[in-house]
Amino acid sequence: MRNRNLMAAAMAAIFFVATAQAATATPPVKLLKSTADHSKFKELDREFDSGPEVTKACLSCHTEAAKQIHQTQHWKWEFVNPDTKQVLGKKHIVNNFCTSVRSNEAACNSCHIGYGWRDDKFDFSVEENVDCLVCHDHSGKYTKPSGFAGLPVTKDTEFPAGSGKIVRGINLKEIAKKVGPTTRSTCGVCHFNGGGGDGVKHGDLDTSMDNPGRELDVHMDAKGLNFACATCHKTDDHKVSGSRYAPTARDKAPTHMRGEADKTNPDTCQACHGQAPHKTVRLNEHTAKIACQTCHIPAFARGGQPTKMSWDWSTAGKLDKDGKPMILKDDDGYDKYMTIKGDFVWKENVKPEYVWFNGTNHYTLVGDKIEKGDKPTQINHFEGSATDGKSMIWPIKLFRGKQQYDPINKSLVITHLAGSDGTAFWKNLDWEKAVTAGMAAGGVKFSGKVDFIETESMWAINHMVAPKEKALGCVECHANGARLEKIDGVYMPGRGRDHAHWLEIGGWALALLTLLGVIGHGLIRVVANKRNS
Amino acid sequence: MTRVYLFKPFERFWHWCQAILIISMLVTGFEVHGTYRLFGFAKAVDYHTIAAWTLVGLWIFAIFWHVTTGEWRHYIPTLKNVAAIANYYSSGIFKDEPHPFRPSLSNKHNPLQRLTYLAVLTLLSPLIWFTGWLYLFYSSWAAWGLGGLRLEWIATGHTLGAFLMLTFLISHLYLSTTGHKLTSQIKAMLTGWEDLGDEAAPGKPH
Repeated sequence: MRNRNLMAAAMAAIFFVATAQAATATPPVKLLKSTADHSKFKELDREFDSGPEVTKACLSCHTEAAKQIHQTQHWKWEFVNPDTKQVLGKKHIVNNFCTSVRSNEAACNSCHIGYGWRDDKFDFSVEENVDCLVCHDHSGKYTKPSGFAGLPVTKDTEFPAGSGKIVRGINLKEIAKKVGPTTRSTCGVCHFNGGGGDGVKHGDLDTSMDNPGRELDVHMDAKGLNFACATCHKTDDHKVSGSRYAPTARDKAPTHMRGEADKTNPDTCQACHGQAPHKTVRLNEHTAKIACQTCHIPAFARGGQPTKMSWDWSTAGKLDKDGKPMILKDDDGYDKYMTIKGDFVWKENVKPEYVWFNGTNHYTLVGDKIEKGDKPTQINHFEGSATDGKSMIWPIKLFRGKQQYDPINKSLVITHLAGSDGTAFWKNLDWEKAVTAGMAAGGVKFSGKVDFIETESMWAINHMVAPKEKALGCVECHANGARLEKIDGVYMPGRGRDHAHWLEIGGWALALLTLLGVIGHGLIRVVANKRNS
Repeated sequence: MTRVYLFKPFERFWHWCQAILIISMLVTGFEVHGTYRLFGFAKAVDYHTIAAWTLVGLWIFAIFWHVTTGEWRHYIPTLKNVAAIANYYSSGIFKDEPHPFRPSLSNKHNPLQRLTYLAVLTLLSPLIWFTGWLYLFYSSWAAWGLGGLRLEWIATGHTLGAFLMLTFLISHLYLSTTGHKLTSQIKAMLTGWEDLGDEAAPGKPH
């Protein structure tokens, strides 16, 4: 009897355990993270003939979105530097890549988050001119081809007209139903392709960052932390934090906490990692003078995609033996010469250069006096010094160029490059015409003469943060001829140029003379000893 | 043959520990300085720092020992007989003359040693120590109100100390061979007992 009871109890136990296991084994329901599934919205369940039509549909629910966008730098392409008062932004500056947006809007503005910015008549106040899809597309199918002033092409279109080349139309209905938060790829559509192609401009941003591994970017590691851009570039009211025009060079603020009003830039390393992130005191001491990026981004363009390091416009215009524009490739298959653009140098795995930087990024703008001399004209210059109390040692990509300028008025120029008209350089290969048209579009005085001047621009390196075991070791800097050899104003143990020369010579002379003295003394003792005995 | 007991166990322990620590700090220090590569910069810095703090600990005991035992009296400087000692090293030693100074438990060091050790202990060591500490706490200078200091000055002072210590080490090593026999003084520092040879009085031929 007792046995039978025991059996029953055992059976019951097994049964309950089994059912309990069955309960926990039920797979969790897979839900969207978002509370809204855009594919179920009737507002989006229709054909769209144009981008602005999609935006109207978006705004029917997201009523304030366009108004928010209208306040942003992404929309205005204009930024007034609060310190220098310089009026910057893509709308105004000239760089040493494709030089200027002005007079090339139809081409360049495929990267504007709006629809139809073709010339200076674009209406920045129209809400449906905001392009929601370019940042929020999750289908990966949304494109804004160059030449269409930021408009997507919905029907197959011959472009340029009469060329026989067809730009395929895209299905906006399908895309509009698959929208969501920004991703590495949506930001990357423009930011990975800055300068006109993959990896061209920044060096620390290219399409290898779409799905990076841990080695390439420890935070964005697709199989690890999987950060999106906006994880660091924390965004409220569509205002994306972070700025290349007025960066935070030195962040001594405490880490950001939930619920606390953030008064400082949320996208610095310190905003999360604080002021003493290392286990060893010695390394934390380095944070007094050295930006995190300096040690933690040992090289840029590490993802397999090279970046452009220099661009010489002065050689543009050469034709091949048939009198046709040509493209020459380097050993890796990248353009090294293009008739329409001149000579380039591409590099992978580039060690940055290093400068003192206090956050003031000063630009040379059209109209600022420039002189041809021994030193290149600085398109932009990171100000800073060892002694101003605001600077840190930063890694930069120094991009060297040789570009169009007005030798009479001694000014950078606006160059009309893209277009099918009679003045665009890429169509006509005539610098005088192209610059005359560009300067006219910008309303700037032009002498009519075009010459070429050497320039350089500075790009702070912030991305492609390596895992800690790949951060720079001591001797990458604490040695002769090492990475920080050119950095003035600090004493670095191990760097010969910091030594007091009188002490080096005097110290070794003293030690050597003492050694010779005792050796001499000893020898005399040996000889005298022999003689005495 | 006369033997004399000069160095007590603690004194010998102090001496040899200090010798090892100073030599290792010279070796690692000049690596950090950039003179050569041996351990690698990071390890050299670590070893240098560990050795420095170990020496600090050793000195706490040594100072206590010197004060409580009265051994500090061996470093009271005197100029008496300095000329005789100098004369011995520059001439007498080559003529097989006996050393003019005979150490004893109450008077271990000859006047030249007294002067040298006193200078090392009270001038050279503090120079190295103070610059070394400031070097270690570089990032705290501003908090300590020393914001005007420059690492360059501190590092140069520390390096000057290193060169002087190196020079001391070379001459000290050599002079340790100038006892009764080549190894008499080294043996004394190992066993405590120094062999002084026979009882011959200074100046008397034997």
